[in-house]
Amino acid sequence: MSDTTQNGPMLAADGTTLKRSLARSLRREKTRALLLISPLLFFVFLSFIVPIVSMLFRSVENSIVQDTLPETVVALQSWDAQSGELPDEDVYAAFVRDMLVAIDEKTHTRLGSRLNYEETGMSSMFRRSGRQIKRLDPVEDAPFKDKLIEIHDGWGEVQTWAVIKTHSVQYTDGYFLNAIDMQRTVDGPAVQPENKQILIQLFWRTLQMSLIITGFCILLGYPVAWILANLPMRTANLLMILVLLPFWTSLLVRTSAWKVMLQQQGVINDVLVWLGMVDDAARLIIINNQIGTIIAMTHILLPFMILPMYSVMQTIPPTYLRAAKSLGASNWTAFWRVYFPQSVPGIGAGSILVFILAIGYYITPEIVGGTKGVFISNRIAYHISSSLNWGLAAALGTILLAAVLILYWAYDKIVGIDNVKLGG
Amino acid sequence: MATLTPVSRKPFSFVGPVMASAGAVLGLFVGTANGSGFVGVLVGAAVLAAIAWALMQFSVPERIGRWSVFALFAVAGFLLSGIPGLVAGGLAGWFYGWFHYWLFEGRYRAKLQPYLTSGQVLWHYAFRVICGAIFVFLITPILVVLPLSFNAQDFFTFTPEMLRFDPEGYSLKHYRDFFTNNEWQRSFKNSLIIAPIATIISVSLGTLAAIGLSQSHVPGRRAIMAMLISPMIVPLIISATGMFFFYSTIGNFLEGTLGLDKTFVGYVKVILAHAVLGVPFVIITVTATLVGFDRSLTRAAANMGAGPVRTFFKVQMPLILPGVISGGLFAFITSFDEVVVVLFVGSASQKTLPWQMFTGLREQISPTILAVAAILVVISIALLTTVEFLRRRSEKLRGMSPG
Amino acid sequence: MKKLSPVLVLAAAAVAGSATAQEMTIVSWGGAYSNSQLRAYHEPFSEKTGVTIINDDSSAEAVAKLRAMNEAGNVTWDVVDVVAADAIRLCDEGLAMEIDADTQLAAAPDGTPASEDFGDLLVSDCFIPQIVYSTTFGYRTDLVGDTPPTDVCAVFDTATYPGKRSLEKRPINNMEWALICDGVAFEDVYDVLETEEGQNRALAKLDTIKDDVVWWSAGADTPQLLADGEVIMGSTYNGRLFSVIEEQNQPVAMLWDAQVFDLDGWIIPAGLSEERKQRALEYVYFATDTQRLADQAKYISYGPARASSAPLVGQHADLGIDMAPHMPTDPENAKRTFLYNYEFWADYRDDIDAKFQAWLAQ
Repeated sequence: MSDTTQNGPMLAADGTTLKRSLARSLRREKTRALLLISPLLFFVFLSFIVPIVSMLFRSVENSIVQDTLPETVVALQSWDAQSGELPDEDVYAAFVRDMLVAIDEKTHTRLGSRLNYEETGMSSMFRRSGRQIKRLDPVEDAPFKDKLIEIHDGWGEVQTWAVIKTHSVQYTDGYFLNAIDMQRTVDGPAVQPENKQILIQLFWRTLQMSLIITGFCILLGYPVAWILANLPMRTANLLMILVLLPFWTSLLVRTSAWKVMLQQQGVINDVLVWLGMVDDAARLIIINNQIGTIIAMTHILLPFMILPMYSVMQTIPPTYLRAAKSLGASNWTAFWRVYFPQSVPGIGAGSILVFILAIGYYITPEIVGGTKGVFISNRIAYHISSSLNWGLAAALGTILLAAVLILYWAYDKIVGIDNVKLGG
Repeated sequence: MATLTPVSRKPFSFVGPVMASAGAVLGLFVGTANGSGFVGVLVGAAVLAAIAWALMQFSVPERIGRWSVFALFAVAGFLLSGIPGLVAGGLAGWFYGWFHYWLFEGRYRAKLQPYLTSGQVLWHYAFRVICGAIFVFLITPILVVLPLSFNAQDFFTFTPEMLRFDPEGYSLKHYRDFFTNNEWQRSFKNSLIIAPIATIISVSLGTLAAIGLSQSHVPGRRAIMAMLISPMIVPLIISATGMFFFYSTIGNFLEGTLGLDKTFVGYVKVILAHAVLGVPFVIITVTATLVGFDRSLTRAAANMGAGPVRTFFKVQMPLILPGVISGGLFAFITSFDEVVVVLFVGSASQKTLPWQMFTGLREQISPTILAVAAILVVISIALLTTVEFLRRRSEKLRGMSPG
Repeated sequence: MKKLSPVLVLAAAAVAGSATAQEMTIVSWGGAYSNSQLRAYHEPFSEKTGVTIINDDSSAEAVAKLRAMNEAGNVTWDVVDVVAADAIRLCDEGLAMEIDADTQLAAAPDGTPASEDFGDLLVSDCFIPQIVYSTTFGYRTDLVGDTPPTDVCAVFDTATYPGKRSLEKRPINNMEWALICDGVAFEDVYDVLETEEGQNRALAKLDTIKDDVVWWSAGADTPQLLADGEVIMGSTYNGRLFSVIEEQNQPVAMLWDAQVFDLDGWIIPAGLSEERKQRALEYVYFATDTQRLADQAKYISYGPARASSAPLVGQHADLGIDMAPHMPTDPENAKRTFLYNYEFWADYRDDIDAKFQAWLAQ
């Protein structure tokens, strides 16, 4: 390609050079596209991205120790946690001064619950000690070391001070370590005791089960979308009602419905027993495990697969298939080489929808998943609403988000987002 | 549809084995229920083959043939297991009677292209059976659970009275509860206010952005795309807490500085939060539809003097409408069915239907949520049928044959 | 204009002031429980003061939401109903206001100060006890054979009582029951549970029935499972079982043995404006007096938290049956009871929960 000819630059109709004219039109096109996108982008950015990022930022933010015990943190710097000796009196004195301020502002118990995530017992130690430290005078009652140890044994343990020192950094990797079944200790990162390891397993399970659910949705959704797109409009619209009805029905109702269907005294088991397919004493266990979660979630997410597939398949002219066949292609070749490639954008859009929705679900797994069918989101919800360990919840959420983005990227590399054309 | 292929009667060598294998399926069920599945299969196959042979041998007229098969099965079912057997047998008899003549008269070919091979015909029907099974999977849980909304007890359980069809076991009290209980009424109204407005916002902004994204030269498209679909990716519970902070600030500003009404601001907060959640669905479905959009059409329109707005509404919009509608449906359902975010962002006066249902499930099981579901199902069937009816009518008026 | 504007400002202030003066948001659990509060507390209070009460069924998310509200500086709740463990957490986090029982709560009719009337139930400086409830077992009378269980250890006895049982999907209560049935004396349970071996011992005991357990997470689950016959026995709150047995007439009976007492009550969020704080205090003063607490027991079978309310408990408002024998605190039911140890669980909850969930996932 060249943009010049031997006679000089090629000119557009208005007399400018073609190159410049093209550049200008390209610029105009870009501006127009951005203008179209900008209202939504602005809206989503402001009302979603910023709040979520600041929420996820909690996974590293850890200023509470420094803010509550500023002098202690400084004093602890000269103390060697590995020495096995308790810190000196000046650490204890600094601690009492910090605590007096904190008790006054009622922030000492907050610090206690923060440190309790790391070392069991800290919560009550701070709460109980607070009541007595309140009566101390920072000058007259010195020295404090023995007094504090008398107030609570915990202040006489090296571990207590080691925990405070370890977690006194402004930004911590502690929550992320916790999120992958490790912990931050004086000696650096260490693996959690085996009987507390659960999160990595949950991550894997969430990914695996979401993939299985997506697979089932493709398997079940493709024929339905195909038949809807190829039947006469009249029949297709009627059948569409069958797809839309479950979709309209509340998620909570559908989940409860599956409970009624799947449990051991439930409809499926009752019918099978009545038919004699299953013995009354050996009713199938298809709820409160992974099967239950997979069945219920496949059902719940299936419309999210069918509808995008359908809207793509509708745009594929049926004549292509007939043309292929009349040119001698077998049924399979005609489908696989002609129809299927054109329907891939639908599969892609549907799969991404289903997979991403599945990975973040927690209400359905909670109700039908029992112990082995729950997802990582159930743990995130627990840490947000019960244990108040938002740092860990944020770390788990960040990892989940990163996993989805990596998959999205890998999908782009392998299959090509251009096949899905999520962005044109 | 008109008959595509002339039909002809089929010989017993075809009808017999097909009927026999159909009978084997039923025989399997009846057989296992009565001891041996294997015997059941054999007997079922033999009986159905015999029936087919008899009907063909004596050229029984269709009407008489079908009635007698129906009666035969009903009686047999009744003898085997009483009233339920009568019903099940009757259904089976009706089906087999129809199936026999459908095969025998060769009607199964009537609506197919004449050039199809038998394998293709078989696949055609097998495929329909598979699709039928998937539809059954989609709809059964809902059909099963709806009768429970008439339960006289406050549980999601089929009581023995209900199974006996004893009127004692049924009651309308959960419907009464829905219509008379203020909490349910208020939350229903709230959902009807919040969901449509949130949908309109996400569909209009989302469609514009999708069109923008589908232009050929958008700088940083991947990043923009990732941002726009992020509300779907982030686990809801994290979105809920994160958005809470944002909307509290917005709420303080609207109430404090602008002096707006507290309830109004509450609605604005929930609507905006739901609109954001709906955006990714619109983006994904609309961009997927735009893939197949022939861009020369807009150029043609521009060529003929249409402005961008006119081009959009007259050319582009009608073509991408299916995608927009399905995106809109997703967005609507997201809001109409969303419970986690509204729990955080909303306050008591914006309590939506799912919130009320959630409390209902957690605090006190009440089939009222099933009554609500039943009402919604009836409403949506009515709506969808009306839309379909109107569509056909307008097509007729425009002189098109309904497709 | 100059004359008008101050008037307008005043009028606006008056409107705003009166709007807030007449309204308060009270957060509770919803369902029958909220209904009992509505009839026993809210209605008489509104009648007395003219304050409109808005009910918000958000207690299950109260801890998280209060923390978010506090950080956002926009606390919209006035009084919140929470379980005692949550109250302790909220108090520790500085999200709830400290209450001085003797000066801010009503004394008993005979003049006993509130702190004595509530006694040990004032488990946190921020917590105003309202009811005593218990987590206990119900069983299907028609599915347990001829010898109905009388001992909590029937839960672990799958030989005599084959079938599924439902337990809550968290360590609290289950660990205690497991240790009791493994031969630990009541008073030693928490000492044993403090140690790693004790925790493993409890999990090992639970392991013996792991395959027979349906785990629940919402209070309404066990009643539904019992009604379905999906489980033969299950733990839940005693008020739920009362409703299953007396209101729904299901073939279910109570197993009061080793019931675990727990408390539910009010907290007032920290950071309310002076005016709202006064109103909230007025409400809790009114709603937790001796008569009001006794009134609530007419609608739901939870025991009033004041000693002085117990003699005033009467009949169920709709069913007309005596409520006293259905109270967890009734001497007949409370022969062997267990008191939830708040301090212990505040410390060990994070640790044991992680172990419990890891055990569940194995």
